[in-house]
Amino acid sequence: MSVAVADDLFVERADGVRLIAGRRKADGEMRFPMPRGADAALYDPVELAPVGKLWSYTVQRFRPKTPPYIGADDEKSFVPFALGYVEFAGQVIAEGRILIDDPSSLKIGLPMKVAIEAFPTSTRGEVATYAFRPA
Amino acid sequence: MTDVHIIGAGIHPFGRHPDMTGLDQGVYAVREALDDAGVAWADMQFAFGGSAAAGSADAALPRLGLTGVQFINISNGCATGGSSMLSGYWAIKSGEFDIGVVLGFDKHPRGAFNADPEASGLPRWYGETGMMLTTQFFAMKIRRYMELYGVSETSLGRVAVKAYENGARAPHAWRREPVDIETVLTSQMLSDPLTKFMFCSPAEGGVAMVLASDKKMRELGLTGPKVRGAAVRTRLRGSFEVFAPSLDVERGVAPTVLASEAAYAMAGVGPGDIDVAQIQDTESGAEIMHMAENGLCADGEQEAWLADGVTSLGGRLPINTDGGCLACGEPIGASGLRQIYENVQQLRGRAEGRQVPDAKLAYSQVYGAPGISAVAILEA
Repeated sequence: MSVAVADDLFVERADGVRLIAGRRKADGEMRFPMPRGADAALYDPVELAPVGKLWSYTVQRFRPKTPPYIGADDEKSFVPFALGYVEFAGQVIAEGRILIDDPSSLKIGLPMKVAIEAFPTSTRGEVATYAFRPA
Repeated sequence: MTDVHIIGAGIHPFGRHPDMTGLDQGVYAVREALDDAGVAWADMQFAFGGSAAAGSADAALPRLGLTGVQFINISNGCATGGSSMLSGYWAIKSGEFDIGVVLGFDKHPRGAFNADPEASGLPRWYGETGMMLTTQFFAMKIRRYMELYGVSETSLGRVAVKAYENGARAPHAWRREPVDIETVLTSQMLSDPLTKFMFCSPAEGGVAMVLASDKKMRELGLTGPKVRGAAVRTRLRGSFEVFAPSLDVERGVAPTVLASEAAYAMAGVGPGDIDVAQIQDTESGAEIMHMAENGLCADGEQEAWLADGVTSLGGRLPINTDGGCLACGEPIGASGLRQIYENVQQLRGRAEGRQVPDAKLAYSQVYGAPGISAVAILEA
């Protein structure tokens, strides 16, 4: 497996891939990803459920600007991709790329599971990032 | 306490002006506003101004005159223009000053705004994997809204058609050609469900306003719309804003709802009293959602309102009578002031070709990153 796009973003468990969020010690507020740097001490890491429900979505139809985008594609070879927010019940709503052949089959409320996507980059070769796909 | 009036308004037409800097356009607008009121720069006791991408607003001083005037640069994201207006309003309301200028101008490069994850306090992978685009945020916010409240893609198209129709009637608009709904709906899809003709573009322009106290206005023998209410608010926890890798499961209200309620309360009026409104239309969906966030209609009523032309010129509550951001483009520092300029024209009966008959109460709302909204209510 290729190297992860960032450390401590997701983890593979027996029941599936789980995103690593942070729960603020003071008031329980959850955010994804787990905060880094000076704020990290204020949060406890929490693994999100492996399955959630689609909260909203869109399709990115044109190649995002570089920087910051590092996809290995160019204007011509770019393939539109879906992305969206998935609500993990009682935890947090997290944003991610969506793996799906036909984006028109997406519907708000659709059960989605977390997956690992091989993402070819122009700077670091292929990296592993998280994505969502219909459960 | 004194009332605050707008006694002069000036604008440099929005669009693309390769031979002019952003500052040139701001200076142009100030001179036009001063001429409109028949007052001199040397009479100004204060100035508040800002631009997001075209330098410091106080660089206008050597051009306008080094009079020693108190000049404060404003930088407040997409609400920079609205914040300049509010600062000028407070300056006079406080009793400290009688007359002054607020200005805003900008000049942005073409295409979507550049995004830098670290400057927004976000991890690099968020931008690296293609998730840091404002267009995606707008698309996902309206997608969910459409699902929850039964708004159709045809309504998205109707907003854009109305914008270009109105823009064709406003001399300061950028896009002045009507576009039919078929063209809007079938133009290049940028971020589903939003097509190219449903999005505004970064642009250039400048706007300025001369504000005066009630007493000063009378002394000068002038008239002008009164500022009845003005408020800026920022996001609460649970508000859906741009560049958010995660959202709270418990949803909260948008900053526009807070700013709107505060401005109505100050003005002592309600949404039903408004005759004409300029609201943030970064894209078609934003206008639809902002109709409800500003209390102008209930969630879901937009579908019928747009089908019936309620918000078109000639309708009961015309919205974005100069074509809004869709037809004018969005020079950030100037955009909120452009809305107020249009309302001043409407209230003074000068909006030739797009005049709302007998407009007495005019509403404006500018919204943007990072979750900030500014509302102003003017009375003829």
